[in-house]
Amino acid sequence: MTLVLGISDSDLAAATGSDAALRRFLFGLPGVDQVGAEARAAALGTRSIKAQTKRDMIDLAISMIDLTTLEGADTPGKVNALCVKAQHPDPTDQSAPHTAAVCVYGDMVPYALQALGPDSPIRIAAVATAFPSGRASLDVKILDVRDAVANGAHEIDMVIDRGAFLSGRYMQVFEEIQAVKQACEHAHLKVILETGELQTYDNVRRASWLAMLAGADFIKTSTGKVQPAATAPVVLVMLEAVRDWHAITGKHIGMKPAGGIRTTKDALKMLVLVNEIPGEDWLSPDLFRIGASTLLNDLLLQRQRLRDGGYSGPNYVTVD
Amino acid sequence: MSRIDVRKTYKLYINGAFPRSESGRSYEVLDAGGRFAANAALASRKDARDAVVAARSAFKGWSHANAYLRGQIVYRIAEVMESRRAQLVADVMACEGLTEARAKRVLDAAIDRVVWYAGWADKLPAVLGNANAVSGPFFNFSVPEPSGVIAIVAPEASSLLALVSVTIPVVVAGNTCVVVTSRTRPLPAITWAECLATSDLPNGVVNLLTGDHAEIAPWLASHKDVDGIDLSGVEDAALARSLEAAAAVNLKRFARHDAEEDWAVRPNLRRLSRFLETKTILQPIGV
Repeated sequence: MTLVLGISDSDLAAATGSDAALRRFLFGLPGVDQVGAEARAAALGTRSIKAQTKRDMIDLAISMIDLTTLEGADTPGKVNALCVKAQHPDPTDQSAPHTAAVCVYGDMVPYALQALGPDSPIRIAAVATAFPSGRASLDVKILDVRDAVANGAHEIDMVIDRGAFLSGRYMQVFEEIQAVKQACEHAHLKVILETGELQTYDNVRRASWLAMLAGADFIKTSTGKVQPAATAPVVLVMLEAVRDWHAITGKHIGMKPAGGIRTTKDALKMLVLVNEIPGEDWLSPDLFRIGASTLLNDLLLQRQRLRDGGYSGPNYVTVD
Repeated sequence: MSRIDVRKTYKLYINGAFPRSESGRSYEVLDAGGRFAANAALASRKDARDAVVAARSAFKGWSHANAYLRGQIVYRIAEVMESRRAQLVADVMACEGLTEARAKRVLDAAIDRVVWYAGWADKLPAVLGNANAVSGPFFNFSVPEPSGVIAIVAPEASSLLALVSVTIPVVVAGNTCVVVTSRTRPLPAITWAECLATSDLPNGVVNLLTGDHAEIAPWLASHKDVDGIDLSGVEDAALARSLEAAAAVNLKRFARHDAEEDWAVRPNLRRLSRFLETKTILQPIGV
């Protein structure tokens, strides 16, 4: 029996038996040392990274991106352009890796599927469950998910009901995630915690464990519609949850920071956190994703700079 | 009890702020007599990169501001310089070893230069543009447009007058710029940056880097988001040649160092027109 944080495998099974047990489990998790978490995240952000490592990390970061467009003004044409960019991020350099996935609204999935083709290694992620607010009845959310899956989405990004979470109705959140997981069938489920609305790191830790207990394949920081989003300390706390879950159950849960990661420097800091906390296993698109739209262009500019020796400019990457 | 000295920290001027060098480096600046004058920030290539980003984001607003407003703002730079005469004169005296009377004349010339160029802002399209005669039912106009982000290596010896003379015409024409100041005489430049910062000039239109141009200029010359480079301050012929070659990467417009140039002489339109593109448009008549 593996014991991490004083939790055993059987504790996890017992935690979801009743509302009271779930609450007891979540409040039994150790509190996050806020100052310590922020200091550790900041310290890991100052690591010096040498040129060759930087090259490798930039390519790795590109291959982990969920290239995202989640605007009310999205059109099939824009989704098509996004898919082309996901396949060939740098039109001037075929050696640039493709992104891990494209992330779109559910109704745009058929267009993404058409653009990428059936055998593409690039996954299609769809946001569902009344994204980004999550304010709809469970039936509507389930329909939203089924619709996206029927359209051909490989991955579903759901939002949790933050209102229920913050008012302490944990069982409701738990059951909702379970129901959505069931509706996903073969599709991977990413659970968005929307950490910008959770107020404290303790809540982030509890929400992470709650999502993993309910069957999430990935836990994801934010919708990208609320600031602050994927700050380094929040990512650190979530990565610790993923690490501890693995230590107890042996299962790998993925992690996806999204929102507010705009520069190469930010992305490399995230990779350092991944390497230091859950470890090398997670340095793969299967277990770590970065949700972003503008980040890709900055990664490409840095990639061109390392390739050509001189600084590149925004005229040399595609306009989103 | 004696009072503790309040010494000034000389920093860079990037995007309207006064940051230290990203590299944390600084260097000793000596006055004309060889005595310690101050520590100045020694800019690195990353400061240059940040300055280009600032200049690029300022370009849209500045180049689209109407020419009359640009002239007004540049005239205000002259007003602010006038109100800071004492410090500018002291800086020029210390750095260039001039007498007070001569330093005042240099400052007068610099302020007059700013006013002279300010007046050109709204006259450039009339003088450099044209309504072309074409055989057909069309209007055909040629209008000057700014090139974009210009890197400038300011001359080494004339620390204020030359700096003003190379920077202001580029800005008046609607460009934004990154200027590497005189390495040995950077103090008037930083005082001048304080004038710029308080004269309604939008952030990022002028960015000043103090440091070694042999270190920074190659990065600016090969930077693909820089549209022109003025090598007025590059006296080393070999370096200038390699910078020109590097600038070809995106066909930058460039200007060479001219050993004959007398900064005291009233200028002509050469510097104003150097970093301009001409856009020619056809428009059907009677539509």
